[in-house]
Parts: sequence; C-alpha cells; structure tokens
Amino acid sequence: MRQDDDHAASPAFPAVLPVAVSGVRASSPDGATEAAAPPAQAKAAQAKPEPAKPEPAKSAPAKPEPVKPEPPRAAGRRRDRAPLPVVMAACAALLLVTMVAGVGLGSVGLSPAAVLHVVSEQLSGHPDNTVAGIIVWQIRLPRVLLAAVVGAALTTAGVVVQVLVRNALADPFLLGVSSGASVGATAVLLLGAFASLGVWAISVGSVLGALVAMAVVFGVSLSGRGLAPTQLILCGVVLSAMFESVTSFLIFRGNPQATQSVLFWLLGSFGLASWNQLPIPALALVAVMAYLLAQGRSLNALAMGAEPAAALGIDVQQLRRNLFFAASLLAGVSVAVSGVIGFVGLVVPHIVRLIVGSDHRRVLPVGVLFGASFMVLGDLLARTIVAPQEMPMGVITAFIGAPTLLILIRRRPYLYGATQ
Amino acid sequence: MSLQLDGLSVDLTGRRIVTDISITVGDGQFVGLLGPNGSGKSTILKTIYRVHRPAAGRVLLDGADLLAMRPRDAARRVAVVAQETVSEFDFTAAEIVMIGRTPHKQAFSRDTDEDRRAVTEAMERVGCEHLAHRSFNTLSGGEKQLVQIARALAQGADHLILDEPTNHLDIRYQLGILELVVSLGATVLAALHDLSLAALFCQTVHLLADGRIATGGPPGAVITPAAIRTAYGADVLVIEHPETGTPHLIPRRIQPEAQ
Repeated sequence: MRQDDDHAASPAFPAVLPVAVSGVRASSPDGATEAAAPPAQAKAAQAKPEPAKPEPAKSAPAKPEPVKPEPPRAAGRRRDRAPLPVVMAACAALLLVTMVAGVGLGSVGLSPAAVLHVVSEQLSGHPDNTVAGIIVWQIRLPRVLLAAVVGAALTTAGVVVQVLVRNALADPFLLGVSSGASVGATAVLLLGAFASLGVWAISVGSVLGALVAMAVVFGVSLSGRGLAPTQLILCGVVLSAMFESVTSFLIFRGNPQATQSVLFWLLGSFGLASWNQLPIPALALVAVMAYLLAQGRSLNALAMGAEPAAALGIDVQQLRRNLFFAASLLAGVSVAVSGVIGFVGLVVPHIVRLIVGSDHRRVLPVGVLFGASFMVLGDLLARTIVAPQEMPMGVITAFIGAPTLLILIRRRPYLYGATQ
Repeated sequence: MSLQLDGLSVDLTGRRIVTDISITVGDGQFVGLLGPNGSGKSTILKTIYRVHRPAAGRVLLDGADLLAMRPRDAARRVAVVAQETVSEFDFTAAEIVMIGRTPHKQAFSRDTDEDRRAVTEAMERVGCEHLAHRSFNTLSGGEKQLVQIARALAQGADHLILDEPTNHLDIRYQLGILELVVSLGATVLAALHDLSLAALFCQTVHLLADGRIATGGPPGAVITPAAIRTAYGADVLVIEHPETGTPHLIPRRIQPEAQ
C-alpha cells in the first residue's frame, strides 16, 4: 500500500506553500531587470528586504518572507535537455566526419570518396593494394580507430572516476594507473625489460606497472571503511607521486637517447598504432560500457552520495569496487597502447555534462562518441600541424581541451561544486 | 505499516555508539528521536537504511526483518530524507526526483510513463513542480528539502526516515516541511534538533543520552527541564504552548545579569 493512493492532495502544506508560488508570480513583472543584473547582484538584492514594496510587513502570513529564495533568473532558467537520440545522432555524425577526415588528411591527401571506397572494398573482401589502399587500410585507419577507442575509453573512465570519488576535478589517472604504467614502460624503454616480447614489450611493461599501482591503491584504500572518496584520492595522489619518483629516477639513470623516447611515450601518441592493438581496448570498452549502462541509475544515485545511494537500495561497496576496476581497466588498456594522454578524461566528461546534463544514462553514451571524436581530431592535429614531425598527444589535448571548456563555462552557469 | 527497532546496538570502529534501542513507530505515526549532538540519533537512522550494520538487535518492518530483505525491496518500503545534500553534479530537480525511482527499475530499463507520472505527482503533492527544470544546486535549502521529499515520495515508500530535515532552514520552511510530512500520512521516524518543534508535531518522542534511550513517551512527559538538564546539560524553562499545550522550550542564561 502506498501513501500516494490513500491520501489526496496534501491539505496542510499548501496553506504555507502558496506563498512560494505567489512569490514566483509576483516577481515576474520585474523579472526583466533581474535577468539583466549579474547573478551575484541579483541574489544579494533578493537577500535583503525589498524596500520598494510599500506593503506594511506586519502580518506575517500574508506577506512572504523577503528571503523567499528566488535565485537569479540566469541560473534559474529552465534547463531543457535536448532529446538523447538527437544528441547521439549529432555526435555520431561528428565522429564519422572526424574519422573520415582523420583517414583522408595527412602527407598524402585523399578525398572522402576515396577513403570510403578503399574501406568498402576492403570490407567486401577485395583488398586494395594501391598506394592509397595501403595508406588507408594499413596505416591510417587502425590509427584513427585506435584513437577513437582510446578517446572513448578515457572519457568513460573519467566519468566513472568523477562519480566514484564525487569530485569533478578527478581524472582517470587519479587511481595511480598511469604512474604505475609509466614505471613499467620506462623500465622497458630504458632498461630493456621484456625485450624478448618485441613490440609488445612496452604494452606488457605498462600493463604490469598499472596492475601493481592499482592493486596498491585498492589495497590501501580498502583497509579503512571501504573505498571512501577521500581515502581513494589521497592514496591515488600519494602513490602516484611515489611511482613518478621511480620513473624520474629511471630517467635520471638512463641514457639521454632513450630518455627522449620515454618523454614521448609519457605524453602519449598513436604513432605505433596497428590493427592487432585494437581488439583488447575495444573489447574492454564494450564490456565496461555494457556494465555501466546497466548501472546508469545507480551511478546517478551514487553521485548524490554514498548514504543516499544506500537508502535507495544500492550496495554501495560493491558498486564502488566495480567502478574502481572498470575505470582502472579502461585507463590501463588505454595507457598500454598509447601512453599517458592527459586531459581527455578530465575535460571531455565536463563538456558532455554541459551539453546533456548529469544523468549518466545520457553522459555515458554521448561521452563515448564525443570522446572518440575529440581524440581522432586531436590525433589528426598531432600529426599534421608540425608535419613531418609528430606532436605528442598530451600537448594537443590540453591545448584544445582547456579553451573549449573555458568557453563553455563562460557561456553557461556552471555549477560543479558550487553550493549556491 | 509499522517500523520497530528491537534491542538495536551499533558499533562503529570498535566502539559502541548506541546500545539496546527499542522503538516502535505505529501505522501513520510520527515519532521523534531527540538528543544532544553525538548521542547516536543519526547512527540509529543510518542503521535502518543500511549504512551501518547493527552489532545486536533487529529492525522490523510490519514484523519482517528489514535488514534481511534485498536492499531494493527495503528501499521500496523505506525512504530517507537527510540533512541538506550537496551534489557535485548538475542535476535538475526533476532528475533528482527521478533518482527516487531507482529501486523500482531493472538494469537497462528506461524511464516509463509510469515513472514520469510518479515524478510529476510527487512534485505536485509537495508543491515544488515549478522547480522541476531548475538546477538542483541553485535551489535554496528549503527548496532542496522539498525536492528531496518529492524524491522520497517518488520512491513510493510508506515509511519515511528523516535525519534532521529542518536543519539550516528558516522558520517558514521548518514548519512547512514538518506539516507536509505529517500530511503525507506515512509512518515517520525523525531525528529532530528543535525540541519545541518536535513537541508540536510528534505523537511520541524518545530522548537519547549517550547512545541509550533515557525516556520515551508523549512529548509532554518527556520534554521536562530535568530530563533536558540530564541529557543535554543545559538549563531551560519549559512552558506550555498557548494553543496546543505542548511543551515549549525557553533558553535561560546562567547569569541573567551578565553584560
């Protein structure tokens, strides 16, 4: 039996509440001036008793308290969310355009038609052995696809970590994955560890490093009362610093030539992309996304806090553990194939939330498409703007990401972490 | 509909926080949990909604063991409104209320018309439908609590746990929120700070001191100067509310002449 059914409209509160409703209506005539005022001023003005009102404020029930909170119009404006299919279609189109551009542009320019021709020929089982065919199929397409998968994976990992620690400033590498992976990769590059594994040596080294770092962060964070956000952040930051000092030590002891390649790896690159690097990150992304989409509501509840989530019937400890492993897996496979590409996992989730709101059932799928587009575009720039040299990815992502986010923050009232 | 705490004891980090708490909240009753800061009010409530595990005792919902139920099933019967909540993320009020539908949904299932109707009805009943598309973080403390109550209603639970729901609210919202809760007809267990307000709204109150129930009963019998001196270590006068006859606290100064 639900109380919704056996009680009609609430009789008591409306006696109080019309104050709120009439307050809204009463203030709308001068809404225009309010809208013009900067939010801070408007709020301050409302916090004071309104001297303009001639009404004698002696009968309390008749007059609403002047502090009746009517936040500034600008911030209180209706938040209409675009329908998800429309946003998804737009992002899918964006991804397609960036991918075609990513495959077509470079030292040898190819038209979109030529690109699509090669791809369709290949897919229908007629390998195209022309120069264009080899450039598209052997070199650029795997690179573009890998960039797309890593962009999507890092964005998803960023969304997950931000909810896990309830902190908008978190990024996928907060959990120590990248610094651990850096130690592993640096050891490979400078000391020749796993040399027998050939081209896979760096991937194996970084995955092992990431696993060790993840296990340590998890173990230390778990020893308290579960994976509490503050403990996770502190453990992640402290252990990252420790692993980074190991990396620095290795660089310090290594020979200058190899140091160059370590530096390049640390800033990330898709220069070594090949088809056989694709399956593992792609499978990890699909598996984690399937899990996360099933947990969309739980993620929303956890974003409200651990206790409200528990009150909604969610096993918070279990959810946090799963999210920790999901984020670590995505960050780990990304780092293994492309090095440490910073900023994407921090900035793209914010851009997506600004566009579609914070509901994770929207943020996650849109984030995959948008993050993929962002990374494909970034990689295109990385290999074209200083051609024939390649810019490290980390330079590009921060350089595009930061201004994009700043523009969006200025254009819309942005409320992360703000309590007013 | 009833909620019963039966000999509940809770340990946190190896320390006993509350001991042997037995409280019964009858069908449609509004029962208050009073006591000084740190006396264990929140700990008791959080044990009911599974943040803490009891060291001993049970929580019974209509006679069935609440903590043995699946968490989802428990959440369909018991909803929680805590103190003012802050979200790092920018949800609209309607999205917050929709989160209340979580225990009714399977993985992957989309919002149905039924969910949307539950959200709209809950917001209309609470009188916050005009806030639906506003960003939750821009709302005032009182408006946030209205939205949280709507969220609890959308959850469809017939039992309500309130943890100091009127903290930091102005007097209009303090009264408004409690009137609203009473009007819902749910079975309510609420931790409250304001004893006069508790006396005005609760049928039964329990006064906690050091993790144990010092006294319990109708407000007039529990809220006495002696009991308050014992539990809070504060000196107050207690007068009768001129309209309801319920106890009303008047603070006193230790040195009335002090400048």
